[in-house]
Amino acid sequence: MSETAAILAQMVDRLFTDHVDAALLAAAAQGRWPSELWRLAEEQGLTTVLVPEARGGMGASFHEVCVIASVCGRHRVPVPLPETMAAGWLLAGAGLDVPAGPLSLGGANRDDDLRLQRAGTQWRLSGSAHRVPWGRMAGSLVLAVEQADALLIVRAPREGCTVDHGSNVAGECRDTLRFTDHPVEVGPWPAGAAGNPVMMIGALMRSGQMAGALADILERSVSYANDRKQFGRAIGKQQVIQQYLAVLAAEAAAVDVAAEAAFIAADAGNAEFLVAAAKTRAGTAVAPAVGIVHQVHGAIGFTLEHPLHWSTRRLMSWRSEFGSDRHWAVVLGRRILDLGADGFWPYLTAV
Amino acid sequence: MSAFRFEPSSLPAETATLRQEIRAFLAEFSADWTASARAQSWDGFDPQFSRQMGARGWIGMTWPKRYGGSERSALERYVVLEEMLFAGAPVSFHWIADRQSGPLLLRFGSERQRCDILPRIARGELCFCIGLSEPDAGSDVANIRTRARQVDGGWRVTGSKLWTTNAHRAQYMIGLFRTAGDPSDRHAELSQFLVDLSRPGITVRPIRDLSGGEHFNEVVFEDALLPADALIGRAGEGWQQAMAELAYERSGPERFLSSIRALIELIRVLGPEASEEAAALIGRLTAQLVTLRNMSISVAGMLEAKRDPAIEAAVVKDLGGSFEQSLPEVIQAFAGLDLDAERGSDLQQVMAHLTLVVPSFSLRGGTREILRGIIARGLGLR
Ligand SMILES: Cc1cc2nc3c(=O)[nH]c(=O)nc-3n(C[C@H](O)[C@H](O)[C@H](O)COP(=O)(O)OP(=O)(O)OC[C@H]3O[C@@H](n4cnc5c(N)ncnc54)[C@H](O)[C@@H]3O)c2cc1C
Repeated sequence: MSETAAILAQMVDRLFTDHVDAALLAAAAQGRWPSELWRLAEEQGLTTVLVPEARGGMGASFHEVCVIASVCGRHRVPVPLPETMAAGWLLAGAGLDVPAGPLSLGGANRDDDLRLQRAGTQWRLSGSAHRVPWGRMAGSLVLAVEQADALLIVRAPREGCTVDHGSNVAGECRDTLRFTDHPVEVGPWPAGAAGNPVMMIGALMRSGQMAGALADILERSVSYANDRKQFGRAIGKQQVIQQYLAVLAAEAAAVDVAAEAAFIAADAGNAEFLVAAAKTRAGTAVAPAVGIVHQVHGAIGFTLEHPLHWSTRRLMSWRSEFGSDRHWAVVLGRRILDLGADGFWPYLTAV
Repeated sequence: MSAFRFEPSSLPAETATLRQEIRAFLAEFSADWTASARAQSWDGFDPQFSRQMGARGWIGMTWPKRYGGSERSALERYVVLEEMLFAGAPVSFHWIADRQSGPLLLRFGSERQRCDILPRIARGELCFCIGLSEPDAGSDVANIRTRARQVDGGWRVTGSKLWTTNAHRAQYMIGLFRTAGDPSDRHAELSQFLVDLSRPGITVRPIRDLSGGEHFNEVVFEDALLPADALIGRAGEGWQQAMAELAYERSGPERFLSSIRALIELIRVLGPEASEEAAALIGRLTAQLVTLRNMSISVAGMLEAKRDPAIEAAVVKDLGGSFEQSLPEVIQAFAGLDLDAERGSDLQQVMAHLTLVVPSFSLRGGTREILRGIIARGLGLR
């Protein structure tokens, strides 16, 4: 871990340890905005870590930011910090200003039908963005639209659009935003990069968060297994429980490695392949991991009272956000099949 | 949770040149390798091929030059291993010597043993086998009964080793024997020996595996005399010495590439016009493969940095073994192939072979359950 990454890790871990607890999570799930937490995150510069220093940000690398995404996942942080970091990076990359306050990402849902039109010097957006993370709280929505062979980054202020409230199965806000001839800011996205950058960076962030959530449920389960006694001894002394947790630890380690590799690749500008691999690998881990931790926790882990579900429900939800593992597996598979039996290994050993 | 951590490692840019050299070499030698021969993976045996690799400095690569090595890094060695495995090169003759026996001698052997043995391994002239398992000592290695008794002029060995891969074609075994006490002493009183298998009193009997292959053996010792200097390291410390090298044995690319030939042939058959279902399948397998490779490279990096990634290595072998074991099954569930080893297509022949041998992937080198026990201990559960 680089020095910056280590400092960031310590900073976010302290912030979230102090400010994210069961009460805050429960309130957030009722739609309450944790304004103090957000204020502190903003004050510490976390929201703009990926924005270059020249534009007022911290100018950190993706590799350094990997740990923030992961710690957000580990603490089940109920604010769009990963989305805001990502949106800031996209806006700056398109030469646009990065406004203060929470931001979100759009155009990543398969039902989205967003159209951009030019009226004189002004660009206007119409259509709907579905299941937008924290859409009702975001000051602006950032999305990528293809227009005459060029990729454009769009910043659509929420003010003036219609918002339908919704949530994912973890109780995180996932809202529908409808735009009609909505004035937006537009900037060009550098040519040559593969794929939709919003999908890609969204999937990248979720992979990091999923690695963090897996670390959380592993830690909880190991300590629960050491504490909970049945038949006169800790259930963690039962070999079958040990074997389950070893499987979980291996899955968690794999997702962590896959996510970190994707963040490293993002710095080199060739992220698509490894983001696809990371999101696919993370999605694949969800069912076995969630199954194991709930089995180990018994009935208490199945209650709303117990804090385990704040992580397991997020894993279930995040699995299909910014492209499911199925979606990214197809992207990855198509690439491999195009490269062919004799071409895929040289490619794989070069990325 | 800091029970273990895979520090990211990447292959240095210089390895690109090495990789090109290896690919050029393989292109020259692999012209007549069939798909089913390649599917043998690191069970494929060809002493001539090993000599060719030795001539290029690709065996014992990381060892000091004075012992015949090339003083290259663990990451460069990694490149050689993965290229050989991907190509399905017949590397079995030198594999164990390069991976385990050589490093063991380098660390614990006498100067004489090192000078005598290591350069020959590096030239691809020596095949080694590992004598740990016995009839009553499988997972429970500490239960071994084979005894080495100190006598005038050396050691007398009595007992038998089982499942000893390549004993029928190896010149040497690294054997773990009991030098005092009895099985109730467990890990104490065990010692490692460099056994010249041509000595009198040693009989090797091949055991056919269920695929018809002859890879492992029973090795019987009937009062066989080993010279005094056959002892490796210190008497009574054999257990610690044997365990010290396990990270090397467990984390390499052979722990997830053993059935890669099935994936290659499947990709060939599917072609670029394959269905979305097929693409998803290939994508899922690729995501696992790429991740395992990064994990394995991470462990190579930790070994290079002289750390002890024992638990990380167990994780790689557990996940990797599950992956390479599941590959034929996943492909079979998708493609429903007739397993025809004689007249089938390349994919069918490869699948016929792999389907038969994959059950052993979670046994050899420590069973899945034993590995998971090691991981659980790392988690603080045992
Ligand atoms: C292809 C192949 C090549 C091999 N090559 C070599 C070699 O070169 N040299 C060598 O020394 N050995 C070799 N072996 C032997 C190998 O190391 C052993 O097979 C392995 O250690 C397991 O021992 P076993 O077969 O006696 O099974 P057992 O130990 O009897 O185990 C049977 C089953 O019980 C489980 N089990 C045992 N103990 C426990 C426990 N405490 N908790 C939970 N489950 C348990 C095992 O996991 C396994 O599922 C080879 C094996 C194979 C298949």
